[in-house]
Amino acid sequence: MGRVILNRVLGSIPVILIVTLITFGLMRAIPGDVSAALGGVSSTLAERELIRKNLGLDQPWYVQLTKWYAGLARGDLGRSIFLGKDVTQATFERLPVTVSLSIYALVLTLIFGMVSGVLAALRQNSWVDQAAMMFAMIGVSMPNFWLGLMMIVLFSVQLGWLPTGGYIPFTQDPIGWLRSATMPAISLALLQIGLLARITRSTMLEVLRQDYIRTARAKGLPNYLVVGKHALANTMIPVVTVIGIIVSLLISGAVVTESVFSIPGVGQLLTSAILNRDYPMIQGGLLFVTMLLVGINILVDVAYAWLDPRVRYEGG
Amino acid sequence: MSLLSVRNLQVLFAGEHGEFAAVDDVSFDLAPGEVLGIVGESGSGKSVTALSIMGLLPRPPARVARGSIVFEGEDLLRYGERDLRRIRGPGIGMIFQEPMTSLNPVFTIGDQLMETVRVHERAGQKRQRDRAVEMLDKVGIAGAERRLDDYPHQLSGGMRQRVMIAMALICNPRLLIADEPTTALDVTIQQQILELLLDLREEFRMAIMIITHNMGVVAETADRVIVMYAGRLVEQAPVDGLFARPAHPYTRGLLDSIPKLSDERERLKTIPGTLPNPASVPPGCRFEPRCAWRVGACAAAVPPLAAIAAGHDSACIRHRELPVQ
Ligand SMILES: Nc1ncnc2c1ncn2[C@@H]1O[C@H](COP(=O)(O)OP(=O)(O)OP(=O)(O)O)[C@@H](O)[C@H]1O
Ligand SMILES: [Mg+2]
Repeated sequence: MGRVILNRVLGSIPVILIVTLITFGLMRAIPGDVSAALGGVSSTLAERELIRKNLGLDQPWYVQLTKWYAGLARGDLGRSIFLGKDVTQATFERLPVTVSLSIYALVLTLIFGMVSGVLAALRQNSWVDQAAMMFAMIGVSMPNFWLGLMMIVLFSVQLGWLPTGGYIPFTQDPIGWLRSATMPAISLALLQIGLLARITRSTMLEVLRQDYIRTARAKGLPNYLVVGKHALANTMIPVVTVIGIIVSLLISGAVVTESVFSIPGVGQLLTSAILNRDYPMIQGGLLFVTMLLVGINILVDVAYAWLDPRVRYEGG
Repeated sequence: MSLLSVRNLQVLFAGEHGEFAAVDDVSFDLAPGEVLGIVGESGSGKSVTALSIMGLLPRPPARVARGSIVFEGEDLLRYGERDLRRIRGPGIGMIFQEPMTSLNPVFTIGDQLMETVRVHERAGQKRQRDRAVEMLDKVGIAGAERRLDDYPHQLSGGMRQRVMIAMALICNPRLLIADEPTTALDVTIQQQILELLLDLREEFRMAIMIITHNMGVVAETADRVIVMYAGRLVEQAPVDGLFARPAHPYTRGLLDSIPKLSDERERLKTIPGTLPNPASVPPGCRFEPRCAWRVGACAAAVPPLAAIAAGHDSACIRHRELPVQ
């Protein structure tokens, strides 16, 4: 097991390096550069040239890239041009916000998605099934920014129950955190709840048709064991892969949600970095996001092996 | 008194063009300790009969429309789910055709054996474990103690079927239903499993209902045989009587299709034609369209099951005219 994890970690290094390369290439491909933003509209060409020179942007791309990788090797991702802060520090200030929002949304997704998927499968074609699947359909087809805006209009503007935006850290005020994070988490989770409910339902239906379920019933096991143990354990195997994808979608979806609810997370940090062409910030920030996603994928693989003995024994 | 008594069982399935009977007016008895073979081609309603007894028919599309299934004096068809669960395991155990898919792949065989004991008896962890080891031992799995932690995929098909048998017998049922227990196995393994079943019958003093489409399996294991065709019982007899004087053309067809070692190169005789579509069965004898002995009367009315010798019934109106073989 340990070997498997180590292999996956080592195997992900090239992936991460390729992503940094793509990020670098894309940023240089977009017209415009930081000197215009930094110098202001009235700055002269000479002034802008000076700014570029100071930042090392006048050097050929391969020199810049090599310097960045050399920094990476030392664990130094450089300074953000706009924030006047270390890139690592700036990212780690924002990361907990995005991560806690994503975890909140993930918990909602797991609870509501799995429960409604399982119930729908157990009561196939009943009103429970139809209601759950209609809800899932709505969740899947409603854009999450729009849902976010509608919730703000209703709960914040009309009813005044929740703040329209902003963020209060959990460690500072848990109730405040709950108030500030609930609407963003719901708007982020709804799509994933729909996705997970549908996949859980179809997987569960498939599993319930299997021979070993009939065996479990033939042994006289009560329904809660047949479903809650024998069926659920097998349903979880494909579902966990989907959960891995869902986590990735949650993190990328957080970027949009953060801007709807003005939440100072990594999404917001990166959006403004991209608008300002803050190269070191983009490059470093995306590196962390990539590592986060890769780490989650490794966790999913581990969970998969843990759930399925056939995979576990193959891996040695 | 019989252990199991099935009377006029009719099982309907919802099909595209309304309901059809997969099992129609089937009656038979099973004495304690007896081995009853049920034979018939694929689709003749053997599994549906077995699943009706277990209360495990897929509902929908199936429903029992008529009949009774009396096990040890109680009509199982009147039982609710809770009472049926009490019967499954300690009363009636069941094993299936596909040992490869009948065990849950994500739990150890020890766990799957022990949970059966756990739900039916108040037994501690230690006692459950001992019982599991004891049963694995009885079904001939070497190093039973060590095997408890194995997952099904670590065992061969024959071993898995042994585990299935251990699981079905762990609560000492009075009846074991074996639905084609050897069909999916190699010939040599088939033999071992059949011998094991017969040994265990002695030891546990249970009755066995063995479902198969292989007459060879019947000859080897059964005391008595019932032959099913297109959802109906067409003949029942003690095994010797059936082989000595098969009294239904369909049974004769089945007997002719047993492969014989002596004439290996000769093509296996098979019954010409196929089972009727269950949604539109012939009005008279269901075998009539395929039968070499048919006469006008065969298509007129459903032939009743009539006694032709002690314990030997046939549903062929011309059984007296069939040539002695
Ligand atoms: N799940 C089902 N859905 C619809 N019809 C079914 C189902 N199971 C059985 N049937 C019907 O019942 C008939 C009898 O099926 P059954 O499984 O009892 O046959 P069998 O004698 O066990 O055959 P085999 O040797 O192939 O196992 C089938 O021909 C089919 O029409
Ligand atoms: Mg069958």
